[in-house]
Amino acid sequence: MTGAAGMTQLVFALFCAPFLLGVANRAKALFAGRAGPPLCQAYFDIWRLFHKSVVYSTTTTWLFRAGPVVSLAATFVALCLAPCGGAKAVFSFDGDFIVMVYLLGLSRAFIVLAALDTGSSFEGMGASRELQFSLLAEVGLLLCLFALAWKTGMLDASSICGQLTVEAWRQEAGVLSLLAAALLLVLLAESSRIPFDDPNTHLELTMIHEVMVLDHSGPELGMILYGASLKMWILGTFLVRLVFPLRTGNFAADLALFGGAMVLLAVGIGIIESTMARLRLLNVPKLLLGAAALPCLAFLLSAGG
Amino acid sequence: MMANELQKIGNAEPVALLKIPVLAISEWREAVLQEVRAGARICALFALPPRDSPVDPADGLARFGALKSRLYAVLGHDREAALAVCATDVEKAYPSLSQVIPQAHWFEREIAETCGVIPQGHPRLKPIRAPLSDAPFFEVAGDSIHEVAVGPVHAGVIEPGHFRFQCHGEQVFHLEIALGYQHRGVERALIGGPGLRTLHYMETLSGDTSIGHALAYVQAMEPLVGIEPPRRAAAIRGIALELERLANHVGDLGALAADVGYLPTASFCGGLRGDFLNLTARICGSRLGRKLLRPGGVCFDLPENAAVEFTRSLEGALRHVNEAAELLWSRSSVLGRFEHVGVVSAETCTDLGLVGPVARACGVKNDVRADFPSGIYRHAKVAVATHAGGDVFSRARVRWLEIQESGRLIRSLLSELAEGLAEGPILHEAFRAGRAAPVLAPDRLVVSLVEGWRGEICHVLITDRNGRIARYKVIDPSFHNWSGLEMALRNQQISDFPLCNKSFNLSYCGHDL
Repeated sequence: MTGAAGMTQLVFALFCAPFLLGVANRAKALFAGRAGPPLCQAYFDIWRLFHKSVVYSTTTTWLFRAGPVVSLAATFVALCLAPCGGAKAVFSFDGDFIVMVYLLGLSRAFIVLAALDTGSSFEGMGASRELQFSLLAEVGLLLCLFALAWKTGMLDASSICGQLTVEAWRQEAGVLSLLAAALLLVLLAESSRIPFDDPNTHLELTMIHEVMVLDHSGPELGMILYGASLKMWILGTFLVRLVFPLRTGNFAADLALFGGAMVLLAVGIGIIESTMARLRLLNVPKLLLGAAALPCLAFLLSAGG
Repeated sequence: MMANELQKIGNAEPVALLKIPVLAISEWREAVLQEVRAGARICALFALPPRDSPVDPADGLARFGALKSRLYAVLGHDREAALAVCATDVEKAYPSLSQVIPQAHWFEREIAETCGVIPQGHPRLKPIRAPLSDAPFFEVAGDSIHEVAVGPVHAGVIEPGHFRFQCHGEQVFHLEIALGYQHRGVERALIGGPGLRTLHYMETLSGDTSIGHALAYVQAMEPLVGIEPPRRAAAIRGIALELERLANHVGDLGALAADVGYLPTASFCGGLRGDFLNLTARICGSRLGRKLLRPGGVCFDLPENAAVEFTRSLEGALRHVNEAAELLWSRSSVLGRFEHVGVVSAETCTDLGLVGPVARACGVKNDVRADFPSGIYRHAKVAVATHAGGDVFSRARVRWLEIQESGRLIRSLLSELAEGLAEGPILHEAFRAGRAAPVLAPDRLVVSLVEGWRGEICHVLITDRNGRIARYKVIDPSFHNWSGLEMALRNQQISDFPLCNKSFNLSYCGHDL
């Protein structure tokens, strides 16, 4: 039963991940007084890209072609480890969240290698920025997960999330809200949203993530887009499981609740993007260090208490 | 103090070519230097190539041989409302001014490019229109230096230009801008005019400054014919020029907000820019003000009954701009992006002769409307807005202050129209349809300055002995300001370039001509 439930969650995630992008964009459009693109625009884009042919630069090698494929595969495996819904993840074992974080790291490493493989100055710049910032974001994410593991006394992601209940919030609201804030920052940074990156900009010189994938085209660009939405779903999972501890016990109802919470999260991202400007690139590491400092503070608080 | 030997003229005041002193090159150099030391700016520095010579060597007035180019320098004394003009004849080369007067460097590069006259000792002699040259770019060598080339094809729908950055990590050591991709040969096409196309060329010198350039042109033409436009026409010209400023400044505030990813102001201002363009369209049917101006007046009136509705729309749009701008100024994340980014010092600004809102954002209080008032600005006084920071914030802030001042000016001009102070025709009878085209005074030079929304627009018109255009020099404010952008980027983060660029918002085609 748990296996089947895990699979259902996984399929749900695979289908719904691009929808979050549509929701965030719609929220931004409403704030700006525009109608905005259709909610399913990300699906249309991915569909369109998968029907296109690919253009390869003559300066690139196999690394460039391997990049999107390995990246998507690694993200997919990471998704299998994430408890996105009420039930256990498809794979669950002690320390699985560490594997998950480094699978996401592997995924990023291949995008970066593919970017460097093109030899373009833009992509080199993007790769350098991505590595610098993700190095800091990774610290924040890992510390958050360690803190959660320590608080709940569990070692696998599914059980950790299972322990995040209303009762836990009643006892440890301070610590948990610090962790939630840190997770939100990591989520925004990793999914290249404002205030870290601007997903809408056309200005190559200011981009972080987008500039690394300028040379990709067709299905491979589709894979990157889809992989990015899966990554957002994975990171969103932990935040949502932490912030919305309500559960009914019924698998279908829990999954629906979870899906609804994810949509609310996307709306929240849209609101954040609509109400603040992007940070100067110089200040991005400072905010990310802040994101890493929050779980440290959580450790101290709970050690002291 | 102005040196005695130079001819002093006012804005749009023709002067006979014979009255302009033609100095020996060393004296000319000394005179220009003296003027600049006395606080003058170079408004124009250009060459009249031998083939465009207004004086036929055959008719006994062969003051320069067929192989000599004549260099004209037009120097503006902003505080004295006076322009000094002097000329010199040069053959193949002359000692460059740029060694001692940095603001001459771009002009001298253009002179070398168009006439083949070499300014010797120029620190960076290279054509300013890149596609014509294969001259190398500046290169910085050393450990972890990398070069980034952007353009001429850009990711957005903008004009073509090439930017070459020498970077150390994210830090820009040097930026070199190569333009010229939009060179159309406009100045050459204007020779022999004015003709039916001339006004159209003016309105498309830089499409977003149609009114500004057309106004500079008609303002140069009218004194050569010896007429003054009717007062009502002058008021309507003023309204159109200020509407153009409003539309572009509002659009710029929106674009600055978009560049830092602040959506509310970006989307509001994008729409509001259209409101101001539509107001221009309500006067003449064209959102960019095409075919509104013509020598002798304007072609469209603002009828009495339409003025009330016009004022109401204007007030509404200004109120909305106010709200959108308040959002911008109240957001600390936006201010954090604007402040201390792309700083140009007041010294650099004066050295390079920057103009317009860019100069006023460095605390330099130059504005043609106040310094060289012409047309309606002789009656309507302008409060010049300045801000001392020299950064992106200052440039945005100056635009905002100018938006309010333009709103005030248009209101007062509208009430002037409504109260009947400016009753009368809108087109001088010499230019009514069906009349033979008036003849321009021969052998004259006239300098026409207009404060367009980007800054000082300078047109220099020289007529030949038949009253045709012998040389028409256009200096768009962008011509002065592109080098300011290069300086603004020194030691900045390369990721801040788009923001700095937008805060200057210069014209490519206005520069390339």
